[in-house]
Amino acid sequence: MKDVTMQYKNGVTAIYNLNLKIKKGDFVFVIGGTGCGKSTLIKMLYREEKPIRGEIIVGGLNVAKLRNSKVYKLRRKLGIVFQDYRLLPKSTVYENVAFALEVIGTKKEEINKKVLRALELVGLKGKLRNYPDQLSGGEQQRVAIARAIVNEPKLLLCDEPTGNLDPEKSMEIMKVLEDINSTMGTTIMMATHDKDIVNKMKKRVITLKDGRLISDEEKGKYKNEAI
Amino acid sequence: MKPFRMFGRSIRDAFRSVFRNFSLSLASISCITITLIIVAIALLASLNVNNFTKLIKEDVTIVVFIDREVDENKIGVIRARIDQGDNIASIEYKSKKEIREEMQASSSILEASMRDWDEDENPLMATFQIKVKDIEKIEETASVIEKIEGVHSVNYGKTMINKFLSAFKVIEKCTIVAVILLIVVTIFLIVNTIKLTIFSRKREISIMRLVGAGNFSIKIPFVIEGMVLGMIGSLIPVLIVIYGYYAFYQHFDGQLYSPLIRLITPEPFIYIISGIIILIGMIVGMLGSYQAVRRYLKV
Repeated sequence: MKDVTMQYKNGVTAIYNLNLKIKKGDFVFVIGGTGCGKSTLIKMLYREEKPIRGEIIVGGLNVAKLRNSKVYKLRRKLGIVFQDYRLLPKSTVYENVAFALEVIGTKKEEINKKVLRALELVGLKGKLRNYPDQLSGGEQQRVAIARAIVNEPKLLLCDEPTGNLDPEKSMEIMKVLEDINSTMGTTIMMATHDKDIVNKMKKRVITLKDGRLISDEEKGKYKNEAI
Repeated sequence: MKPFRMFGRSIRDAFRSVFRNFSLSLASISCITITLIIVAIALLASLNVNNFTKLIKEDVTIVVFIDREVDENKIGVIRARIDQGDNIASIEYKSKKEIREEMQASSSILEASMRDWDEDENPLMATFQIKVKDIEKIEETASVIEKIEGVHSVNYGKTMINKFLSAFKVIEKCTIVAVILLIVVTIFLIVNTIKLTIFSRKREISIMRLVGAGNFSIKIPFVIEGMVLGMIGSLIPVLIVIYGYYAFYQHFDGQLYSPLIRLITPEPFIYIISGIIILIGMIVGMLGSYQAVRRYLKV
């Protein structure tokens, strides 16, 4: 993770001349009201959207210039977690997690080992054979996290991972994320608008408003003016 | 090893998703089945029509009458000269005696009148029966033969052949156009059906991309799936071709109306057609999937 400068536009400008640097092993919250550009920021990092200007470097790859057919190179270095989980509904928990390794051609024994470890980390080892719709929202999100970390990415992007969950379940998820951050040394960047979480975790907080960076502080709190 | 492993997984995933998305698979399969049945029938019909025209063409013969005075030696010379022409497929010689015997055998009236002829006063003429390679040049060939010394006259049903020829050309063109059109329509239908079924799996594709699957490794399972769908879809058409054509052939005893219009014998023919049908099904299925997936990879 090096230097990040970007501007993005699709009719409306979502991000204005943003400069950002995130160190390895950081846990960063991106906060701000609806439409402030936090999701756009995350999307640009995994090259769902392309900035019209500027440079985004993730793990040595220049994401802004990455060609469509090469996107997979970036995605293999990342883990991504969404508000709506995005699991394959017709595959079991195990298959969903294993899928991330299968597409990169990992050996079967290795897949087995890594999947079990990832599921253990998120506390779902007992539900290997269940299908996503047999799980609660919190459990589904934990499957999604397991899938995101199973190939040991350097960076984990989370776009409102707790958006659909009640506060109790949200804290469980945050516990899992914090574990991953501390035990695996994974850099985590999480977009959220959940005040309690941000206040409790006391991590670095980046606040966006109307596509502009308005504050960036270590051990930050959720600011009301951001909304 | 890695590519093999990934390929193996693609095949497994392809089969798995055929069954996990069974209702959608069924839609594609039935679409392929119906269109392939139509294509199969068109293929059978057009190949048979072409076979009829070929048979009729092959049946056209130039009959060369030889002057009565020509002796056996001279006949050899004439034969050699006819044979020099490059449009000659086969030559068959019939002497006066042979013709007489043939005619006698064919009717009792002729038998009665010819019985008393002795060999020297046989008024018939020896003939060559010639089959040509290219029926369209028959007129040219006939006129060349007519000029050979010792040839009395040449007969090949000039006007009838010209009419036939133009009719054959039209029929051949029509059947080819019909088959090609049908195949094109089939491709469109199948491609669209598969596109629809894949549309519902857009999400799956985006997830595949999300976890870092390369475009190529996303396409492969879908393409194989398309191939499997095509293969399953061609099963019923193949059965129809094999049993249907066989029954048809038996029912008409291998010919339509006259022995001249013979149906193609089923044995190797139906298997070739079946192969073609399966191949069309597979290729079209693959193409359809490939096209459809490609659209969702552009993010």
